[in-house]
Amino acid sequence: MKIIVDLNLCQDHGQCAIAAPAVFRMTDEGKLEYEEIADEARRAEVEEAADVCPVQAILIEG
Amino acid sequence: MSTPHVVVVGASLGGLRAAEQLRARGFEGRVTVIGDERHLPYNRPPLSKEVLADPGDNDPARLHGRVEFRRKASTADVDFVLGVPVVGSDLARRELRLESGEVVPYDGLVVATGLRPRRLDLPGPEQGRHSIRTLDDCVGLRTELATLTGFTGLTELTGLNEASTAGRRPSVVVVGAGFIGCETAATLVKRGCDVTVVEPFGAPMERVLGADLAGAVQRHHERAGVRFVLGASPAAYTDGAAAPGRVGGLLLADGRVLPADLVVESVGSVCNTGWLAGNDLDLRDGVLADNDLRVVGAEGVVAVGDVARFPNPLFDDVPRRVEHWSIPTDTARRAATTLLAELTGSAVDPAPFAPIPSFWSDQHDLRLQSFGSPGLADEARLVEGDVDRLADGVLVTYHRLGAHVGTIAVNLPPARQRELRDDFVARVPAVAIPA
Repeated sequence: MKIIVDLNLCQDHGQCAIAAPAVFRMTDEGKLEYEEIADEARRAEVEEAADVCPVQAILIEG
Repeated sequence: MSTPHVVVVGASLGGLRAAEQLRARGFEGRVTVIGDERHLPYNRPPLSKEVLADPGDNDPARLHGRVEFRRKASTADVDFVLGVPVVGSDLARRELRLESGEVVPYDGLVVATGLRPRRLDLPGPEQGRHSIRTLDDCVGLRTELATLTGFTGLTELTGLNEASTAGRRPSVVVVGAGFIGCETAATLVKRGCDVTVVEPFGAPMERVLGADLAGAVQRHHERAGVRFVLGASPAAYTDGAAAPGRVGGLLLADGRVLPADLVVESVGSVCNTGWLAGNDLDLRDGVLADNDLRVVGAEGVVAVGDVARFPNPLFDDVPRRVEHWSIPTDTARRAATTLLAELTGSAVDPAPFAPIPSFWSDQHDLRLQSFGSPGLADEARLVEGDVDRLADGVLVTYHRLGAHVGTIAVNLPPARQRELRDDFVARVPAVAIPA
């Protein structure tokens, strides 16, 4: 599945990195890094990450 | 009952997530979501922050577009019935009554009607009194602000004498120093308003933050230009000199009058449970549900979101409502499993339901992030930082009879959120959960 984060919306809350740490992480500088393509096996946690994003910046395609 | 019909009453975050979770669990029957607002489900937290802060375009549809939740493909066939209040119910007959008189039968029901703002019952003019919970509330507040600050976007407002405020900053009184009131105050100061917060009890957000952190946050607000009047009770609204019928000030019980071009009342909430009356449910504070979110005293009914009063074994066996943003999503997941088990014979979830409440709040340059239920605590411990330098980062833990029940981080790095949450989970006693 393809993951798109709207970085204009993202406010570095870090909740995605709690829900799906294998896909999203916050750098020591407080910025988001993420995998743009994630394995299908991680769908549940990626969907959880999208759901818990306070600013709803995460879009899952496919 | 081969294809049961599930009706979700309430079309905000909890109702939306309930519909999604029913589909995610393979439910193929009809799902209808009925909401009294005219908008598809949208995210409320920005209404007191980003949406209120932006002085631009005030078109409700475009503002809604900024905060609307994405529609998942799985819910494409969910029927949203909007702008339609449910006014009554007969749960024994599994029927709902709409305002129009129409009766809607259901097989399974999700209660997701949430809260509405409590309003002050004060004498005086009506115009200029606001609350902030719905998008339409926010549009109304923005419309008045635009007029007061001379912004000429949508200026359909009537009765407001623009000349009366020309050349000075609009005065705003926020009644209630809870989280929404404090966020609103911070946003309005940033928009150039002269803001006073009136709070009859304690320091801002004190019930959750504890006295020390609450006092420090108050001083932070004051340095940013927000004034606080604490320990004072509102008594009446006074007329504006230039525009009778409009609020001109707030009279306090001690006789002081605070000038106000507009007032934002953020004095707590009332549960939307009137439509459930007459069914012998416990509606004393929201709707009583068990740990699986089954509404106690009814069949085929579950509750989600901040209207659900349920026990969380993370803390104890006392049913409580939780007004945190994480709760609608968590409760919807569990409630969908519970409801489908009842309707279709699928498996219940044998594990105790023990969601970790979580919320954040942005005020000026501060971000507060909470895990757990700090409001239950009898003791707050400063673990990191200096409360007089909140912007540099502070960590406070909250304890009840010594047990860790909550954590609040102020301006700690996002990279530490996971560690802070894991630390909370490791320490919370979770008394009722078998290892």
